[in-house]
Amino acid sequence: MKKIESVNDFVIKFANVNGSGSASANQMFAKGVFRSGIPVSPKNIFPSNIQGLPTWFEVRVNEKGYLGRREGIDISVAMNPQSYGEDIKELRSGGYLIYDSSWKRDFGREDINVLGIPLTELCVNEFSNPKQRLLFKNLGYVGVLASILEMDKDIYITLINEQFKGKEKLIEPNVKALEIGYSYAEENFKGLCDIKVNKSDKTEGLILTSGNDAAGLGCVYGGATFCAWYPITPSTSLAESYSNYSEKLRIEIGTDKNKFAFIQAEDELAAIGMTIGANWNGARGFTATSGPGISLMSEFIGLAYFAEVPSVIFDVQRGGPSTGMPTRTQQSDLLACAYASHGDTKHVLLIPSDPKECFDFSIEAFDLADRLQTPVMVLLDLDLGMNDWSTKEFDWDDSKEYDRGKVLSKEDLDGMEKFGRYLDVDGDGIPYRTYPGTHPDKGAYFTRGTSHDEYARYTEDGDKNAEVLSRLLKKYQTASELVPKPVFNQEESTSSIGIIYFGSTDCSMQETLDQLDEENLNVDAMRLRAFPFNLEVWEFIEDHDLLFIVEQNRDGQMRTLIMAEGGIIPDKLVSILCFDGQPITASYIKNKINAHLSGVPAKIA
Amino acid sequence: MTYITKPINHHPRLETNKLGLTRRDYEGAVSTLCAGCGHDSISAAIVEACFQLSIEAYRVAKLSGIGCSSKAPAYFLNQSHGFNSVHGRMPSIATGAAMANHELLYLGVSGDGDSASIGIGQFIHCARRQLNMTYFVENNGTYGLTKGQFSATNDLESKSKYGDENLFPAIDLPSMAIQLGASFVARSFSGDRDQLVPLIKAAMCHKGFSLLDIISPCVTFNNHNTSTKSYDYIREHNEALSKPDFVPLGKEITTSYEPGESSEVSLHDGSTLSLTKLALDYDPTDKIIAIKNIQESQRDGKVLTGLLYADPSAKDLKEILNITDQPLNTLTQEQLCPGKSALKDINDNLK
Ligand SMILES: Cc1ncc(C[n+]2csc(CCOP(=O)(O)OP(=O)(O)O)c2C)c(N)n1
Ligand code: SF4
Ligand SMILES: [Mg+2]
Repeated sequence: MKKIESVNDFVIKFANVNGSGSASANQMFAKGVFRSGIPVSPKNIFPSNIQGLPTWFEVRVNEKGYLGRREGIDISVAMNPQSYGEDIKELRSGGYLIYDSSWKRDFGREDINVLGIPLTELCVNEFSNPKQRLLFKNLGYVGVLASILEMDKDIYITLINEQFKGKEKLIEPNVKALEIGYSYAEENFKGLCDIKVNKSDKTEGLILTSGNDAAGLGCVYGGATFCAWYPITPSTSLAESYSNYSEKLRIEIGTDKNKFAFIQAEDELAAIGMTIGANWNGARGFTATSGPGISLMSEFIGLAYFAEVPSVIFDVQRGGPSTGMPTRTQQSDLLACAYASHGDTKHVLLIPSDPKECFDFSIEAFDLADRLQTPVMVLLDLDLGMNDWSTKEFDWDDSKEYDRGKVLSKEDLDGMEKFGRYLDVDGDGIPYRTYPGTHPDKGAYFTRGTSHDEYARYTEDGDKNAEVLSRLLKKYQTASELVPKPVFNQEESTSSIGIIYFGSTDCSMQETLDQLDEENLNVDAMRLRAFPFNLEVWEFIEDHDLLFIVEQNRDGQMRTLIMAEGGIIPDKLVSILCFDGQPITASYIKNKINAHLSGVPAKIA
Repeated sequence: MTYITKPINHHPRLETNKLGLTRRDYEGAVSTLCAGCGHDSISAAIVEACFQLSIEAYRVAKLSGIGCSSKAPAYFLNQSHGFNSVHGRMPSIATGAAMANHELLYLGVSGDGDSASIGIGQFIHCARRQLNMTYFVENNGTYGLTKGQFSATNDLESKSKYGDENLFPAIDLPSMAIQLGASFVARSFSGDRDQLVPLIKAAMCHKGFSLLDIISPCVTFNNHNTSTKSYDYIREHNEALSKPDFVPLGKEITTSYEPGESSEVSLHDGSTLSLTKLALDYDPTDKIIAIKNIQESQRDGKVLTGLLYADPSAKDLKEILNITDQPLNTLTQEQLCPGKSALKDINDNLK
């Protein structure tokens, strides 16, 4: 029988029924590998449903640090008979199937290794409580894995102890469940599995966390005191992260009062309205949403743009259009965000590629919003937002100061002849603002979404309005100089072929680039991190004859932005598109590139 | 339409308030609304109330949605920041703003279209969250700015200027607000300054959500004789619950009433609203009686005005959310950023 052999490099997939308590056991498995010093990228593949439907959890274990999804499963932990068919199909030849053999089954494949453990029977014998019998099957298979992968079992015992800190009564039965699986495997599966986890040191300086968790924490560090939101997958956990961290880090000593306001709004219109109101009044406020929410917020986003009110909006993108695939990933809100709202509007977008960057860009977003007095949108996607990534530790420099932008104090106003809210004093397109209540008789103005002059007065003079619109374009130019620059994979361009990518594609792209390198194909690569595009972006495009733009959407939205904003000829921009809702993989990208270069057009995914 | 600044030339003998300011100091730009529009009388009443209370205009934020009514904030309190937002969404702007700085006085101005149709969701939730603000609905039963369509506060039997009949029953915002937990609810009439000014003053002194539903006739589209929001109709059908008298903190109540004829509502800031009963037997602190009175008067074809309901001890949103007394917008980076040291634990927890 063929057996896949590998050390610290494999993909394992858990198939469960959702609502069965498997998520935390699966998470614990991944964390155990991470604690063994090997980077992991767990991905939750879940239905838009609360109980009863199939759900999967896929973990890529890779010592080299490749964290993108990889096709083909090496180990399948098939705990859901409903999905056996699919689960077996994905398993690579020589792979391992772990299943609950309380009900024996022939899987009809000769080329896989079936490891059956009667988990239900074992748990029924061991536990009397029906709920526990069900729940502890999950830890049972974690025990099996610890044994066959030759992992240090104590890591899991420690994890159980940590997880049930404060609920000590639960530790013992959980450890018991782990042991049941572990000893069964020790007795029955010895030597059957050739995939191993060996301790390593590749997770030094890394943490395991999600983009949403990181962004919520970033908002705390970035000084946000206000969050209004409306629940929507996959952004909900971002707002919750902010609230949870604030509960710990933002309580006023002595009074126990909150140095933040957290409001679950009645809808996204209210959420963005509140965010704008808070920022208008000088607090740093944000909202978090997903595509449908962006659609609802659009009218208000236009107001914030035109009236020049800072605001920070997180869009954790999911599969569209419409309600689409709420629990699958896509990068398909680029155009909806970049040009959100009616009339001529353009917005600043920040596009982080891993949780560490989510943390950093959250902080950056507040500085940019205040500096530019405009909405700043941070675009994550479901894969980045909801899944745990092995990412660099969060870091904060205590000497860093918030940039609150051009805000006039009472003293500033005292020394001024005349205040004009929308006067471009500095020539960068950014005017000065005042917070309400600052000065008894100076600095008051009327914020409005109607056409206005430099003094915020209503005007129907078309030339005046055109002047304001033109100044906003100047501000947009300034924005392009302030937003994060792209990241290049080479010090200098040496190829005529370039690859442009962004966001969560990064993890797969690093692997693609190494693969292309092994094939001796010299390409340059650039990771976009923001919109509007800065000079460096245009130079890179200028420097290459052929550019692949890798995106997780159907229409090549980033390509459209590049064409529209830079007047770039479409011919040299080739789309590589993935929009099946699964995170893009390295081999997918590589195959598309190879196909195009060998003459097969790669334009259509 | 362009912006017209009013020349400010103080008459030496103009009456001044405690701050040494005259009524002119509380005015805004010249109104561009139709001559005779009820909304202008409300602006004038706001000016009067702020003058009488010696309010510092720069500590006021004026917020509105879209409509003729929502333009009104431009026509009072020039020294206040204003925010003319989008149609029906003033409550959310107010919520964010008031959370950022609870120390300002928030005046929200809206219309019946703005609040009872497109923005009814925000109106409802703002009331139930007990946002500390004074919410003016300048209620003319029509969409003035878009030229006279029926609004959702228009009465069932009412006819439009062009003879069309309104087919749907009216939404009564005060009853809704009372049910939702608003803690100060009054109805008034733009043409009854004596009633309106004390109610505005009391609403502004009240801590919590104050709704003033003010019938404010639209002379251009809804003042004809088949309208139930016309000046004549309201004058004929107005049933005032009480004659309100606002007594600021520290002042004696001087007017004497026959026993049983007056009641007093002590407001959060120590001032008092004294109410001389005119019509029904009522207790403004009883929700159930308040709603019953509104319904009965509706049944009898009357427009009930005056203070309908007040709960001066209600908690407001800031208290409900347990927010610091120091306004959030004044917290410094030092007070907000946990710094590098706190990150160590956070990172360790994620390993
Ligand atoms: C999203 C949106 N839809 C429609 C309009 C058009 N509109 C402007 S004002 C208005 C109605 C205003 O009615 P009301 O709030 O009663 O104010 P009034 O003019 O009667 O004082 C409408 C429908 C708009 N500005 N925005
Ligand atoms: S149209 Fe009606 S509501 Fe609008 S300004 Fe004229 S009278 Fe007032
Ligand atoms: Mg109206």
